[in-house]
Amino acid sequence: MSIPEYSAVKLKELLETKQISALEIARALLDRIKKHDAEVKSFLYIDEDLLLKEAQASDQRRSQGKVRGILEGIPVALKDNICTKGQRTTCASQILPRFFPPYNAHVVEKIQASGGSILGKTNMDEFAMGSSCENSSFFNTHNPWNLNCIPGGSSGGSAAAVTAGFTPLALGSDTGGSVRQPAGLCGVFGLKPTYGRVSRFGLIAYGSSLDQIGTFSRSARDAALLLEVIAGRDQRDSTSVDQPVSSYQEKLLSSLKGKKIGLPQEYFENLDEEMKASIMAAVEVFRSLGVEVEEVSLPHTQYAVAAYYIIATAEASANLARYDGIHYGYRAEINAQNTKVEDLQEIYHESRAQGFGNEVKRRILLGTYALSSGYYDAYYVKALQVRTLIKRDIEKALEKFDVLLTPTSPVSAFPLGEKIEDPLSMYLCDIYTVTFNLSGNPALSVPCGHDKKDLPVGFQLVGKLFKEEEILAFAHQYEKETLVNTLAPIKKA
Amino acid sequence: MIEKKEVQHIANLARLRLSEEEEEAMTQHLGQMITYINKLKELDTTGVPPTVHAVEMPNVWREDTPCSGLSSSEVFQNSPAMQDNFFTVPKVVK
Amino acid sequence: MTEFEIIMGLEVHVQLLTSTKMFCSCSTTFGSPPNSQVCSICLGLPGTLPVVNKKAVELALKVAHALNCQVAEVTKFDRKNYFYPDLPKGYQISQFDQPILHSGHIMIPTPKEDKKIRITRAHMEEDAGKMIHQEGTPYSFIDLNRVGTPLLEIVSAPDIESPDEAYSYLKELKAILEYLEISDCNMQEGSLRCDVNLSIRPKGQKTMGTRTEIKNLNSFNFVRLAASYEAERQKQVVLRGGKIEQGTYLWDENEQKTKLMRSKEDAHDYRYFPEPDLGSFLISKDLQEKIHSQLPELPRIRSKRMQEEYKISEKDCAFLIEQKVVADYFEACLKKFSEPQELLNWMKGQVRTYLNEHDLAMVDFPIPPKNFIELLELLQKKTINRNAAKEIFEQMAKTGKRAKEFSQQKQKITDENELRQICQEVIKAVPQIAEDCRTNPKAMNALVGQLMKRSKGRADVDIARRIFGELIGE
Repeated sequence: MSIPEYSAVKLKELLETKQISALEIARALLDRIKKHDAEVKSFLYIDEDLLLKEAQASDQRRSQGKVRGILEGIPVALKDNICTKGQRTTCASQILPRFFPPYNAHVVEKIQASGGSILGKTNMDEFAMGSSCENSSFFNTHNPWNLNCIPGGSSGGSAAAVTAGFTPLALGSDTGGSVRQPAGLCGVFGLKPTYGRVSRFGLIAYGSSLDQIGTFSRSARDAALLLEVIAGRDQRDSTSVDQPVSSYQEKLLSSLKGKKIGLPQEYFENLDEEMKASIMAAVEVFRSLGVEVEEVSLPHTQYAVAAYYIIATAEASANLARYDGIHYGYRAEINAQNTKVEDLQEIYHESRAQGFGNEVKRRILLGTYALSSGYYDAYYVKALQVRTLIKRDIEKALEKFDVLLTPTSPVSAFPLGEKIEDPLSMYLCDIYTVTFNLSGNPALSVPCGHDKKDLPVGFQLVGKLFKEEEILAFAHQYEKETLVNTLAPIKKA
Repeated sequence: MIEKKEVQHIANLARLRLSEEEEEAMTQHLGQMITYINKLKELDTTGVPPTVHAVEMPNVWREDTPCSGLSSSEVFQNSPAMQDNFFTVPKVVK
Repeated sequence: MTEFEIIMGLEVHVQLLTSTKMFCSCSTTFGSPPNSQVCSICLGLPGTLPVVNKKAVELALKVAHALNCQVAEVTKFDRKNYFYPDLPKGYQISQFDQPILHSGHIMIPTPKEDKKIRITRAHMEEDAGKMIHQEGTPYSFIDLNRVGTPLLEIVSAPDIESPDEAYSYLKELKAILEYLEISDCNMQEGSLRCDVNLSIRPKGQKTMGTRTEIKNLNSFNFVRLAASYEAERQKQVVLRGGKIEQGTYLWDENEQKTKLMRSKEDAHDYRYFPEPDLGSFLISKDLQEKIHSQLPELPRIRSKRMQEEYKISEKDCAFLIEQKVVADYFEACLKKFSEPQELLNWMKGQVRTYLNEHDLAMVDFPIPPKNFIELLELLQKKTINRNAAKEIFEQMAKTGKRAKEFSQQKQKITDENELRQICQEVIKAVPQIAEDCRTNPKAMNALVGQLMKRSKGRADVDIARRIFGELIGE
C-alpha cells in the first residue's frame, strides 16, 4: 500500500511510530494529484508551498514533542465555500473572482489547532446549488469510478478527491444532501452532523437554517476522527449548539446487539430494483450483527423536496443579496449592450446577471417569489409548517428505533450533461437526503458496493439529534464485515 | 403557473437583469417548480406551528465588549471601488 | 367651509447607548474616521454571522416600564430585504411580527390636560451606514461606521392630532429615553430620527383618510414644520376635489416643503422572513424584574417629588427636568446647599446664558457642583456681593479654578475707616449730588453708584449708606 491509499487513522499511526513524515505525506498526495487531477478535476486551488511548509513545521513539532492534536501532520481538503484567511475563496462563482477572506472558518481554525493542514480548495456547484458539480463556473468534476460521470454535488470536488486518493479527508457542506449524495455516488463515507453540531462561521451561506458542514472519508473511523476535531460550540455562530462533544472514535465498537433499525417504507417504494437489492443486502449484514430491523412510516416524505426548495431558496435569495457589486466581489463595468455601466441600479442588475450562473439565478428567483407579497403565507409559511410535520414524523420514528436506514440517492452516478437541462429531475436527486436537513438529524452515507455499471451504491443512516456516535458505530461495524473498496481506480467507463 | 410579467417583477426585486431568452426559460422553469411545490397545498396544516430552526437554541447573546475591527487595508482588500477610505458608487440622487 | 382634523402616527428611531454594535463587537463611537469601525460581520462578508448584543436587549427592556409596554414572552429577529449601498448584506436584521415590546402608552401635556398617546410597538434593529453626496464629484461615498448600530424603533398609534402634539410627544419621549440612559438622543449626531405618518379627514368623518409618510426628520422642529406643511398640502388637494395619493415624502429644509420621494407603485416589497442565523429569545420574568429594579426615577415622578421637596414651581421643574443632566446637577448641588430657589435662579440665569453663549451642552458645563456650591456659599455668607459673584462665576468657568482663588480680590470692604475714606472722596468728587441728598433721598442711590465704581464693586452698601448719612449730616 502507498500513502494515498491509507486512511487518516493509518497515516496517524505511521506518523506516530516515525515510519513516515508529514512532508512525505504531503509530497505523495501532491504527486498523485498532479498525475490524476487533470482528469478528475476535483481541486480549484492548491497552495503547494504553504502545504509543504506546514508539513515541515508539523514534522518539527513532532520531533520536539510538541504535537498539537489528533490531526498532527494530516492534510484535509476543503470545499471552496469554506473561508480560508488570505486564500482565495470562490464558491465556484464568477461573482467572487478575487475574494480573500480576512478570517478562517471555525472549522479551519479547529483543523489547524489540532495539527492538521489545508491541502487545497475543491470544486463545487456554484454556491452549493446543484447535485452534479456541473454548476461550477470553472469546470466540471468527474467521478473517479467513471470519468464520464458526474461525482454528485454540490460537494463533488471533495467527494471525488477522497475517492481518488488525493486526500484522506475532506470537508463539504450539506444543505439538502450535498455531502451525502456525492459521497454515495463516489462510494465514500459522507457525514452530515446534527444541525448546530459544527459551527457555520466562515461557511458561505446558501440556506442558513439547513446548511451544515460535513466530512468525507474512506472509513467510518476517519469520519469519527475528523468530527471530533470540528464539532463543538462556537460563540460566533448563534445556532451552534452547546452539547458535549463525544469521543466518537472510542464509541465505534459499542455493541449493536438488540439495537433497532427502522426502514422508512416510503423510501423504498419506487426504488430501482438493483439498488434496492444492494441496500437489502446491507440490511442483512446488520441483522447478522444482532440488530432488529422493522419497517416504519414517515408519511410526509413526499412533501420534503417541495418544502426544502421553498425554504432553501427563500433563505438563499437573502443570503445572496450581498453580492451586489458594491463593497466586494464582481462589479460589472460593461452591460449587455456593450456600453458602460453608469448608474447604481445598473451596477446591481449587471453585476448579478453577469456574476451568477443559471442555477443560482433560478433559485434566487424562486426564493424571491416564495417570499414576495401575496405568496409568503401560501409558500414560505406553509413550507415551515410542513417542516414541523416532517420533523414530528422523524421524532416519532426515532422513539422506537435507534437509527433509520434509507437509500442515499435514487440513482447512481449519471453521465455528465444528462440532467443539466432538466432542473426538476436534478432536484429529485435529493429526495432521500433533504428530509434530514429539514429535521436537523445527523445522517451518514455509507458505501455498500457497486451496481452493474460498476458505479458505487450507498445507503444512509439517520440518527437521533446529536447522536452521531450511534450512526458512526453502525457504519463502522458494517464496514468491518464487508470491506467495500472506497478507493477508485480513476478510469473511463 | 407564472406569467412572464411576474418573472420580470421578481427579477427586478432580486436585481437580476434577464435577457429575453432567459426570461422565457425562467418562466418555464419556475412554472414547473411552482407546479411542483403547489403539492404542499394538498396538506391541511391548520394550527401547525412553523419550524424555523431544526434545533432551537434560545437566548444566545454576547456581552457588550468592543473588539477592534478590520484594518483599513482589510476593509478595502476586496472592494471594487474606493476613494479616500470610502466605498464609492456612481452618484445616487436621493 | 369644511373643517379638517389631522391624524398622525410617529415612528421614532433611537440609537441605543451600547459600546458595541447590535450584531458584532465593533465600537459605536460617533465621529471616527470613515470605515474605521468596520469588521467582517458588519461589512457583510460571506460566511460571517450575527450574534446579538445582550446590552441592547436589556436597554429595550428598560424602556418597557417607562412606555407602559407589554414585553413579548418570545421575541425573534427577521430579515427585511432591500438593496441600498449603505446596507452591505442586502437585508436589514429587524423584528417583524414578534417585536420585543408592544401595547404601551405615554402621557403628554396639552394646553387643556394631559393626553394619552398609545405606543403600538417597539422593536430592535440595526442601523444602516451613511451615504455622502457631494457636489463636484460623480460619486456617492459610503461610510459603514454606523452600519449595525443598535436601534429601537418606537411606533405610536395614530393618536396624535396636531403638529404641536407631535412636538410634545417627541419631547416627552426624549426625556424618558435620556432619563433611562437608553439613548443620548443627540439629534445632530442622528441618534434620534423620526418618520411621520399623516392623514386628514373632515371633522366628524369616521373613516381614515389616505396617509402619506414623511421620512428621516432629524429635528423636532422639522417634525412640526413638515407635519404642518403636509397637513395643509393635503387639505388643499381635498378642497380642490383631488385625491390624496399614498406616498413617501422627504422634508426639504431649504424650500420648507415636503417632496415626493416614492409613490405607492414604487413601494418596497421587503419580503420579511425569520432570521435563520439567530434563535429566538425567551424573556423571563426574572430578567424583567432585575431590570425593573435598577430603573432610575422617571421624569414625571421626579418632577412631582422635586416640586414638593424643594418648593419650586411645576414650570421651573419642567425646565430642570427637560434634560436629565440639568436635574442631576441641580440635585447634586442641593446635597450641600440649602437654598433651592437661589440655585434655581442661577441655573436659569447665569448657567443657561453661559451655555448658550458658548454653545455648550450641560454635560460640558465646566464648573463641577462642588465648586459651584462654594461660590454660592460665599454669596450666602455675604463674603462677596452679587456682582462679584457673577464675575467670579465667569472666571471659574473660564479657568476651572475654585471660587476662593478669586474671592480675595472681590471681598467686600466692611472696614469703617476704609469706607469712610472712599465716601469722602466721592462727596468731594460730586458735591452737587451730595448736596441734593439733603432734599431728595433718592439721590443717595447715585452716590452709592459712584462709590461702587471707585471700590470696584466691593464696598458693603449697607455700611456705606450709613456713613454717607453721617457725612452729609441729614
